[in-house]
Amino acid sequence: MNAVVTAKDLSKRYKNALALDNVNFQIPAGRIVGLIGPNGAGKTTALKAILGLTDFQGQLNVLGLDPRTQRDRLMEEVCFIADVAVLPRWIRVSEAIDFVANIHPRFNRAKCESFLARTKLTPGQRVRQMSKGMIVQLHLALVMAIDAKLLVLDEPTLGLDILYRKQFYQNLLEDYFDENKTIIVTTHQVEEIEHILTDLMFIRDGRIVLNTDMDAMGERFAEVMVSADMAATARQLKPLDERQVFGKSIFLFDGVDQAQLKALGEIRRPSVSDLFVATMKGTYA
Amino acid sequence: MNAKTLYWLVKREFWEHRGGFIWTPVITGIVFLVLNLMGIVGGEVFGFRHGFHFGPLESQDLVAKIHSLDARELQQVSTYLDLAMLFPSCLIAIVFAFVVFFYCLGALYDDRRDRSFLFWKSLPISDTATVLSKVIAAVLIAPIAVVVCGMLTGIIMLLIFAIALSFHGVSVWSLLVLAHPLHVVGFLVGCIPLYLLWALPTVGWLMLCSSWAKSKPFLWAVVIPVALGVIISWFNLFGSVGFESTWYWHEIAARVLFSAVPGDWLPAHSLEHLGDNPENFNRFFDLSSSYAVLTSVEIWAGVAAGIAMLVGAVWFRRWRDDS
Repeated sequence: MNAVVTAKDLSKRYKNALALDNVNFQIPAGRIVGLIGPNGAGKTTALKAILGLTDFQGQLNVLGLDPRTQRDRLMEEVCFIADVAVLPRWIRVSEAIDFVANIHPRFNRAKCESFLARTKLTPGQRVRQMSKGMIVQLHLALVMAIDAKLLVLDEPTLGLDILYRKQFYQNLLEDYFDENKTIIVTTHQVEEIEHILTDLMFIRDGRIVLNTDMDAMGERFAEVMVSADMAATARQLKPLDERQVFGKSIFLFDGVDQAQLKALGEIRRPSVSDLFVATMKGTYA
Repeated sequence: MNAKTLYWLVKREFWEHRGGFIWTPVITGIVFLVLNLMGIVGGEVFGFRHGFHFGPLESQDLVAKIHSLDARELQQVSTYLDLAMLFPSCLIAIVFAFVVFFYCLGALYDDRRDRSFLFWKSLPISDTATVLSKVIAAVLIAPIAVVVCGMLTGIIMLLIFAIALSFHGVSVWSLLVLAHPLHVVGFLVGCIPLYLLWALPTVGWLMLCSSWAKSKPFLWAVVIPVALGVIISWFNLFGSVGFESTWYWHEIAARVLFSAVPGDWLPAHSLEHLGDNPENFNRFFDLSSSYAVLTSVEIWAGVAAGIAMLVGAVWFRRWRDDS
């Protein structure tokens, strides 16, 4: 398998906390992976390790390179948007394009300019005069014009309004993603990305608690709407979670035979956010 | 790291610091010229009101004097003209020293504070190239702007004085030819490599603090050398250590804080007797006397320390994990 990222026994300890605890995972090419977890679960630490921004224990291989020692070469193949609005405030649109065009060997200037033509940004505009949403538009245009193998997005749409958020992921999907590219994304707005994800990774207290592709997830987890008289039977099947809607109970099952569930009521694929909430129960308790 | 990347990195520094590197010398030059003009106009108005008249009689004397100058005096005039031209450059250089000081302090800190270093770090640029580009921008390219602005200011100033005198019937244009602007430019440009070498300990120390400090790099950069000096001086009070605090203040503290002042390499005594004899000025303008400092151990020890601190700055730039 042509893995883009391979982590083996990846650990990272900060002074008083274990951010990553012997994590093992593999990300194949051509996937869009959602790395999802509560605050402080180790998402950002994992991404920083992949990007060579932090030291760690264990083994990590990104595109055949070690992010600790071969970072400069790695950055030719990897792009990231590490946070919202981290573009330097003094830079102008034209300067940003000129700079990246001359620094990055895989940057396509025409592509970048065509992305920007769809926005209200003008070449002379400085980042400090832009709204948060516009800064992200510029950053995304720069990043999408780079023909990278791996794109890492850490909360790229935090604090943006819904129009910018929708547009962000739509652009990524329509104009950027293809089978040769891999995207890793973390966000708290799970509902907005679940339809674009191919893989799902839940992380909690520095450990991967769920690692599945979306098809397998649909087979493994099921949400069943059960009327009150069947609820007791349903409970015997050890549901992950139970909630009440309009007098009916909605159960979330992990690995229960679908035929068995059909008898209880209508089966649906659970949403990622419901699955997330059920999996992370008691995190902050 | 290749030359093209480095070129664009240096260019980026000038985009960001246009105000410090370009506009500060330009504005200092303009302010200097305006003050000169105000002085001349003020003198004229004062003279007119109080009946001092710089009349044709005195002018005649002056013109006669100009014509009767002998070779030695002409030589002196030319030296003084060169010095006058140099003066604005010195003024701008002092202002520039402040610019460089704060530029170095912020160079590897400001983008960590506003998190934009995450953007720079997302590009295929080595940390060595980043730090190197900032050193080149500060002590190799920015001084050229100082020289250009300083010389232009100097030449315009001489022209203003010549024009002012010609209103009084005194033509000093023939004397202006005696100035050597190219010689002065050559002297100033020739000093830049020396400046780079001499400023390295300061640049290295400030950039190390800039790269390392979690907050308040200015405080760390100043407090550490000063506190060390105070401790050494304190021990000296008891006469206990075989380590002279004066040596420390002069060779360490001053070198890591003030060596970015252009001309700091000139020993104090070389300037003391400058005025005694015009010959001394000629020696001053002779680059070889400036470059004599290269034979001292101190400068090379400073260069080595500066490079070591820059290596440290690169290391912290690579591994400082506070995002």
